Amino acid sequence: MPNKFKNLSHDFPILKRKINDEPLVYLDNAATSQTPNQVLNRIGDFYQHSNANVHRGVYTLANEATAAYEQVRNQVAAFINAPSAKSIVYTRSTTDSLNLIATSFGNLVVTQGDEILITIMEHHSNLIPWQQLAKRKHATLRYVELNADQTLDMADLKHKLTNKTKLVAITQTSNVLGVTNPIKEIAKLAHQHQAYIVVDAAQSVAHQKVDVQDLDADFLTFSGHKMLATTGIGVCYGKPELLAEMPPVQFGGEMIESVSRTNATWQAAPWKFEAGTPNIGGVIGLGAAIDYLSEIGMAEINAREQQLTAYLFPKLTAVNKLTIYGSKEASQHAGIISFNLGQLHPHDVATGLDMLGVEVRAGHHCAQPLMATLGVQATVRASLSFYNSVEDLDRFVQAIQMVKEFFAGESK
Amino acid sequence: MSLNKLNQLYMAVVMDHASHPHHKLALPDATTSVELHNVSCGDDIRAFILMKDDKVQQVSFTGNGCTISQASASMMTDALAGLTKTEAVAGCEAFFQLVMGKQISTKAKAWLGDAEILGSVAEFPARIKCATLAWHAAQEALEGGN
Ligand SMILES: Cc1ncc(COP(=O)(O)O)c(C=O)c1O
Repeated sequence: MPNKFKNLSHDFPILKRKINDEPLVYLDNAATSQTPNQVLNRIGDFYQHSNANVHRGVYTLANEATAAYEQVRNQVAAFINAPSAKSIVYTRSTTDSLNLIATSFGNLVVTQGDEILITIMEHHSNLIPWQQLAKRKHATLRYVELNADQTLDMADLKHKLTNKTKLVAITQTSNVLGVTNPIKEIAKLAHQHQAYIVVDAAQSVAHQKVDVQDLDADFLTFSGHKMLATTGIGVCYGKPELLAEMPPVQFGGEMIESVSRTNATWQAAPWKFEAGTPNIGGVIGLGAAIDYLSEIGMAEINAREQQLTAYLFPKLTAVNKLTIYGSKEASQHAGIISFNLGQLHPHDVATGLDMLGVEVRAGHHCAQPLMATLGVQATVRASLSFYNSVEDLDRFVQAIQMVKEFFAGESK
Repeated sequence: MSLNKLNQLYMAVVMDHASHPHHKLALPDATTSVELHNVSCGDDIRAFILMKDDKVQQVSFTGNGCTISQASASMMTDALAGLTKTEAVAGCEAFFQLVMGKQISTKAKAWLGDAEILGSVAEFPARIKCATLAWHAAQEALEGGN
């Protein structure tokens, strides 16, 4: 594998720590990524040298802070090939972005009798805002189901996408199944039916090149903390003509144009959606994270993660009684592998792995309808990142064997 | 790499209760029952309490969960049956103290029975919620439930 990926623990000191006296093997990257020194230092520098509130002062520091904050908007736009920086709204997270879209845009366009089409593999963040919107508007929420191989059933999607469909909301990469959906094709189909498409890119944007214009996404959302930046900063991309129509949902400072005793007018997008003092440090860190990812290159990152997944997958399938959810093809897993080990409860497995330094998620992954469809209460999930090593994966597989043997012995 | 520490959590008694849980059934004539969910994993436990005068006459549970939550629920049904309502509520409190690594009275230990060995959960803070789910359900049921 290329040298770029050697010694990354210099950048991510946390990777050198021990967990329960064992070297840390961090395999919960789908929940949150680790943050490199380059991001932390950029934020530290900002607070040490350039901190001021944005869009408020006429003094030098305030100007510098505002310029830095707005410069990152350009960077984000370039990162996802948005047509302009004005199509980038800073939010708190993917969840916040999706709620903004469902509340502002959803209230605007969805009316009684309309249909909203989502998929059964959605994270609760891309499910409940639409469920609530459907309830508010007496619209119908419909779900695209899975194929036998637990990939998205495109025939079902084509069947359920009709002229009644006002909006399609879909994840680009599933946080449970790891599968990446054909967003470009789905966007085309949606647009043929005059429906809008909202893309949840929380699990894709740090792992592959995302190009909103190529996808023709109407909206696309993601979180900084899953792409090496810090928690509390997210992005909502919207086509400029759609953002222009949408009313703000939060009111206060920064977002207004002028205010009288009885009335107020708003700034243009994106600023009308950014009420109050924003997460300036988070934005600065997001810029540094984009620099970090771009320096390696999204194509290289994607190739590296594919290689790691291809290395791990057959080792897991070889474990007796280990059931993998999702496709049987490693290439369909984008670094995310959910599984169960025989009849063992995922919590028990995860505690065992934790004792061996391996940090994985066990639970429903905020996707309870998907769990019900898969016929399980919960799963264990390993999710990797380019900074994981082959040794990490070997330790993980060895740890699974040990946990399995431990419980086999106990239940005798 | 070693799993020695796991032995403190998954002791034979725990594994026994988990694989053959006591009183795992619905009580149709229960005085109260309360269902609680472990929000992180989706596990659920319903505790059923049958009161006779001021005595807890029967306790049972239904629901799915990990080894720790199943074993703990099973132990809970053994521990609380036969106590007065006040003792049973205090027993639940004592159990919460225990799994957080606190000392509990000899009297409380006697109420808890097998459940006392779940004190080892204190060493595994991520699993405290698994251990306490059934006891929270029972406590709510004792205090009124529905
Ligand atoms: C597919 C998907 N969508 C949305 C989210 C929500 O992200 P956040 O919690 O950062 O808002 C997540 C993260 O857990 C996710 O995996």
